[in-house]
Order: sequence, then structure tokens, then C-alpha cells
Amino acid sequence: MSGPSTYQPRSALMRWLERRLPIAGFIHASFVAYPTPRNLNYWWTFGGILTFLLGAQIVTGIVLAMHYTPHVDYAFNSVEAIMRDVNYGWLLRYLHANGASMFFLAGYIHMLRGMYYGSYKEPREVIWILGVILLLLMIATGFMGYVLPWGQMSFWAATVITNLFSAIPLVGESIVTWLWGGYAVGNPTLNRFYALHYLLPFVIVGVVVLHVWALHVAGQNNPAGIDPKTEKDTVAFTPYATLKDAFMMAVFCVLFAWFVFYIPNYLGHADNYIPANPAVTPMHIVPEWYYLPFYAILRAIPNKLGGVAALGGSIVILAFLPWLDRSPVRSARYRPLYRQFFWLFVICCVGLGWLGSKPAEGGYVIAARILTIYYFAHFIIILPLLAWVERPLPLPNSILEDVLRSKGAAAVLAIGIALAGLAVTTAPASAAGEQPAPPMQRWSFAGPFGKYDRAQLQRGFKVYRDVCQTCHGLSLLSFRNLAEPGGPGFTVPQATAIAAEYKVMDAPNEQGEVKERPARLADRFPAPFQNENEARARYNAVPPDLSIIAKARTYERGFPWFLFDAVTQYQEHGVDYIAALLQGYEDPPQGFVQPDGTYYNKYFPGHIIAMPPQLTDGRVTYDDDAPATPAQYAKDVSAFLMWAAEPHLEARKRIGLQVIIFLIVFAGLLYLTKKKVWSEIEKPAEIARGQDPRGTTI
Amino acid sequence: MNVTTMSSAEPTRRDFLYIATGSVAAVGAAATVWPLIAQMNPDASTIAAGAPIEVDLAPVAEGQVIKVFWRGKPIFVNHRTKKEIEEARNVSLASLPDPEPDEKRVKAGKDEWQVLVGICTHLGCIPLAHQGPLNGYFCPCHGSVYDTSGRIRSGPAPSNLPLPPYEFISDTKIRIG
Repeated sequence: MSGPSTYQPRSALMRWLERRLPIAGFIHASFVAYPTPRNLNYWWTFGGILTFLLGAQIVTGIVLAMHYTPHVDYAFNSVEAIMRDVNYGWLLRYLHANGASMFFLAGYIHMLRGMYYGSYKEPREVIWILGVILLLLMIATGFMGYVLPWGQMSFWAATVITNLFSAIPLVGESIVTWLWGGYAVGNPTLNRFYALHYLLPFVIVGVVVLHVWALHVAGQNNPAGIDPKTEKDTVAFTPYATLKDAFMMAVFCVLFAWFVFYIPNYLGHADNYIPANPAVTPMHIVPEWYYLPFYAILRAIPNKLGGVAALGGSIVILAFLPWLDRSPVRSARYRPLYRQFFWLFVICCVGLGWLGSKPAEGGYVIAARILTIYYFAHFIIILPLLAWVERPLPLPNSILEDVLRSKGAAAVLAIGIALAGLAVTTAPASAAGEQPAPPMQRWSFAGPFGKYDRAQLQRGFKVYRDVCQTCHGLSLLSFRNLAEPGGPGFTVPQATAIAAEYKVMDAPNEQGEVKERPARLADRFPAPFQNENEARARYNAVPPDLSIIAKARTYERGFPWFLFDAVTQYQEHGVDYIAALLQGYEDPPQGFVQPDGTYYNKYFPGHIIAMPPQLTDGRVTYDDDAPATPAQYAKDVSAFLMWAAEPHLEARKRIGLQVIIFLIVFAGLLYLTKKKVWSEIEKPAEIARGQDPRGTTI
Repeated sequence: MNVTTMSSAEPTRRDFLYIATGSVAAVGAAATVWPLIAQMNPDASTIAAGAPIEVDLAPVAEGQVIKVFWRGKPIFVNHRTKKEIEEARNVSLASLPDPEPDEKRVKAGKDEWQVLVGICTHLGCIPLAHQGPLNGYFCPCHGSVYDTSGRIRSGPAPSNLPLPPYEFISDTKIRIG
């Protein structure tokens, strides 16, 4: 921002305000008249995208906070209440959870843009350092936010990450106890993470203000890396850059909407749909994809304190980038040698991310160590050396000249693809077991136009009642759900009658006694046992509640299938697994040790399952003419369980189609508008007078 | 020929594009804002919990008032004595701040059963039954006096205690809501 404001208030009211609080003039100077290099490419739009996402996360976060309960006994169920009962609650939750992934995707692209074009170099060092601080704040905010749903991954991620501090000598253990507020991760921890998770985004807003302020003092960098010299090198921010930002935001929102509406659980972990259990650690604790490279570095160092130091160092070293890379040439366009090492660095980061999703065994550990060494070597050895030995290409004379030259295709599209690839490849990081993958069934609710088959849901409900209900609860569902749209389609009288068949505990009567009464529509399905001990005494195992099991189970898809899944929208891992498991009982192979009271199941991890085989021919009588076979029972009850887990699936896909079509139309209009507006200035005065080197005439 | 005259020669197409983009943006903004507003409305479980309730009148003795909750609000169920019914009817409507005959505040043939929302129409306190100069209801917060029909007689409250929606499903049972 330089020079006096060019803002001329047009109305008397604005003149009055401007004299007292010149905010309109300030906005005009900073975001309307602000001179922007005219050669910026689309990689410069990610700052605006990040600001949009920050706003989106804050807004969705605040409305979610209106319904969430930060107590260990209520947190998980309050999130499920948001998903099931709050108007558009499922949408707000999926926006916020996937928004975090989008935030990191855009953030990493934004950082890599800076590293490629030398945006961290003089005089922009402070902008860069503020950016590193923003990254640290984002990491902290994202971590604490992930703990809030209080699933298995939430709890164990909290345990693992807070335990990192115990590596600090002398005071480590005290710090961990202080962080926990107890002797282990528990309610005090959850409560304080909630308070801090609400606070930090506003700290991020403050640092973003400083970041943009520092940017406006130095002016933006540009793909040529040379400073603007004359007025012809820049254009006004609005409408020229604003329209490019808006267009890219719309395009980015298409990607965002694809995840939110069609594959909302793709980037998450099925284990986080299991309520936190301090007594059971998941087979593979993995953080969300955006933390995986750091996770790989942490595990690569065999020493506890060393690992923590390397983890911290891998982020802090970024702050020193302006002093490690001394080359006077900013943009990698004119640094052919640096450009290659830049791509090697990107590949190293993606590689570390992939390794972070793998178990810390064997070859994976060796690879992680090599890549960790390379990561640090890039900063400490390669960059300083390059500045010394590299011979850069000749720079253009001006930004205008850079614009008039033939525009090279943005080969840097690969960055975005690599990062999206990392997000997508590492997402389904489930246990690599020796059990086979279940067969993929055809489900009526799969795909972008999927719908539940009402008759199938009703049959599945019958199977649940006749077979599963004795041992398995469905306690997140209420009887009224049976009559709600998008479900089995029972009428209200039918659902009322079904409810009346169940007994629930009434409120205390006048004598203070608690008696049973028939259930009503508003009641939840009663549980078959009061607590885990009762279940264990009865069955020697705890049959899991089935309300959400279709989202709490998955299987590893393997490369390259998980890439195709993001496009085909395969989200039916859970139901394919359940249907296969119900029919997967067989005789154990020769020599297999089968403990007493358990059964061999082909698809169950470890093959030892406490549930006896349940589905036999004719076990359930169907009212329609569907075959009364185990295969049909398995399919129908799995479909019912999918509805139990995702009652708003149909609305989600329907609204998703509308949103994506809208965004494509909107992006198209923005693109045309942008082209129209830019066409008026793309031929500067010299060219209009016939001096265009490309020889076009007007 | 310079650029500016070229653009002013065809304003219509450009303006149409800008208007189209602007309108689509406005529609998008409205569609985005709607769920943020709708989420504050009562959610499905709150609506379900507000379903009608049934109250058994058999245990309520003559002269007794019981309090039940429906949609979070206290409901008075008053089994009135003959004297209370007479007092409610022996009054000139013109003298009432909020005129309403007692017959309209009970169900036909069930004059002894008074079902009222027990929230003072002044600022929302719960009035006390069988209190006050008329032995009707009396609100201790600011001194509103209601009669045996729940009608406001004196004090700052502007209107009578309202009736909730209810009906008799048998001689001894009502459904409120």
C-alpha cells in the first residue's frame, strides 16, 4: 500500500464517515485500487481461497458449537444428534470436517507456490515467517478439533500427541499432566481442547491480518520474480484480481462439494465412528492425511526426544528459508537447477506422507529415515549450495514483457495433483490384515443418484428385529425415524405400533418408583443390556451397537483402487464388509487354533469372532416375495444398517447434485466475466498503436 | 480505434453477463445462508419431545391443582369446586381487563376441569394456585391477580392465562397438545 488514498466518497454520508473513521478509504486502497502485478497466475488465488475457507470454518464451527456438548459422556452422541436431528446438521458437520482437509490442501499449495516463486525472499521474509506461524496454528487447531467428536481416533490421537511432551527432559511428565488436567486424557482434556479450538481460529484471523498487512507493504511477488517498475506492470486489484480469485474459489468449491456431498467420509477414518474406549487401542493409529508427513518424520527417529525434535524442527526450519536460500533470483522459472530440486522436495513430502500412513515396520521405516534425511538436507545443504553454484537464466526486463511473451503452460499443476493424491492415497489407511477383501455388492444407494430401496429397508429392519436385536442395540435411532422421509417409509401409525411393542423405563411416579411403559415415537430404541459388564457376563463379549456400524467398519482397498473410489464415490466399504462377514463363517483351516466359544470367520480381522453364525435359510419370514436366503438377509440387514448410520443420505446426494451444477454454472459465468473484464486491458496502449510484437492488428 | 469506444459500442452483452453473474451469486449466497439460519430452529428430537401428552384426571381430587409439563411449559390442571365455578361466572364481563366468559375457557360439560398454561402473561413467572384475594391464582413477582377462571383481574399482566390445546379422550383422561 503506497501513496495517498485515491478514494473519493460520493455521498454526504460516506464523506461524514470517512472524516471520522476512514475505513472505506482503507478498504478501497487495500483491496480495490491496490496495484497488483498483471502477470499473476492462478497459483496466486490460493491466499483468497484460504481466507474464504477460514471464514467458512469459523461460521460452520460456531453453528456446530450451538449443538455440541464437550463432555466425555455426551460428546459423541451430541455429534450424532447433529448428524441426525439438527436441521441441516449433517451438512454443517461434513462441511466443517471436510473443510479442514480443504484448508490444509489450499495451505500446502499456497506454501509450495511461495517456495517455487521465491515469495519468501527479501523483502517478504516477515510475510513468510507469519505464514509459518499460521501453519503451526492450523496444525494445533486441527488437532484439537479432531479430538472433539471423541471417537477412538480422537481419544488415541490426543493420547499420543500429548504424550510427545513427555520427551522433554526433567519437566516432560509434569507438562503432560498439566496438559491433561488429570492422570490420563479425560474430561478436563476434552473441555480445554474445546475452549482452545474455539479460540485459536480467531488468533489465526489476527495473524492473517498481519500477514496481509506485511504483504501490502512489500507488494505481491509474481511468477517472474521481478519487481514492478512502471504503472503498466500492475492492474487494480478489483476487478481484475478479484475476479480471478472468485473464479478459482468457485472451482475449488466444486472439489469441496464433491467431498462434502458424495464422499464425505473418504478422508476420515472409520475408527472415529467408534466411541472412544480408553481400554482398547485401535490397530493402527493414524492422523488425518495432512499430518502424515510430520508423523512419518516423528516415527523415523529411533530416539523419543529426537523424534519430537525432528517433528518440531521440520516445521520450524521453514521459518529460516529466506536465510538458507541466498540466491538473488526469486522465481524458479529462471532457476533450472533449483526447479528440479523443488520437485524432488515435493516428491519427498508426498513420499513421507504415504509412509506416515503405513505401519512403522520393515522397509517402511528405512524409507522414512531416508526421506527424513533428504527433507532436512534440502534446507540445510541443497539450498545454500544451489545459491552458490547455480547459473540462473536471464530475467525479463519487466513484468509487462513477461506478460507479452508466450505464456508457458502451468506445469505446476502437478503440485496440486500430488497433494490431492496424497490426501486421497493415504485416507483409507486401515489395518493391513491377511483377511480377504469382501466382495463388492451392488447397492441401490451407491453412486451420485443412489436411493434407499424402501422395501429392502423394511426387510432389513425385520431381520434386525428377528435376529440381531436380542444382543445388539440401535440406541442412536428413535422410533420416529422409521416414519421420516428417506428411510424405510413406515407410516406414523405403523411406527407408533412398532414402538408400542418395546418397553422403556418411565419417569418416576408419585411414589418415586421407576416402572416400564410401552415406547412412544419420541423414544430411542432400548438397549439389550444396561452396561458392558452385563454383556460380558451374558455373552463373554460386548456386541457392538449397530446404529453407526456401517460407517465404523472398512477394509483396505489398496492401490490404485482407492484412487478410483474418489471418482466412483465408493463409500460402501462398511456394508460390503458387514454383508460378507454375516456369510463368512467357515471351517478353520488345518492347524488353526480356535479358542472355545469363538467361531472362524473369513472376513473378521484375526478370524476369531465371538458371534455365532446367525443367518440360515428361512430364519426370517419376509412379507414380500424376496428370497428367504442368508444372502438376501445379509444384504437387506446391511442396507438397513446403512440407513441407520446415514439417514440423510438421499437428501445429501440430491442437494449435492444441485450444488455442483450451480457451482459449475457460477464458475462458468465468473470465467466469462473475468475474460471480458481482462480483455479490456490485455492489449496495452502500445499494442493498440500497432506495436504488438506478435503482430496482431486492430 | 481505441479500446474505450469499442466497449461502449456494445454495452448490452457485457451488462447482461455482469447482471447474470451477480444474480447467480446472490442466489448462491441466499442458498448458503439458509441452512445456517434453519439450524437454529428446534431440531427433530425437540419437536418429537414436544408431542402431545396424556394426563389421567382420576387421581386429581376436587379442589386440587396439579402441574404437568408440556413443551417445557407448566400446565395447571385444576379440578374446580362448585364454589369456584360459581365465582368465575358471577361476574360482569365489562369489568374484566381481558373480557372472556368462563364457559369459553372450559370444555363443554366439563366445567370443573380448568386446563391453563401456568405462565403469567406479564413477564413469565409461574403464578401460585389458590392464592390472592380471589383465591384464584396470584403471581408473586409483580402482584398480578387472576380469578378462579384464570382471568386477569388486577396487576400488570395484560391478558388471561392462556389455554393449551387439549381434548378429552375419555371422561378421566385428557390429551394436551
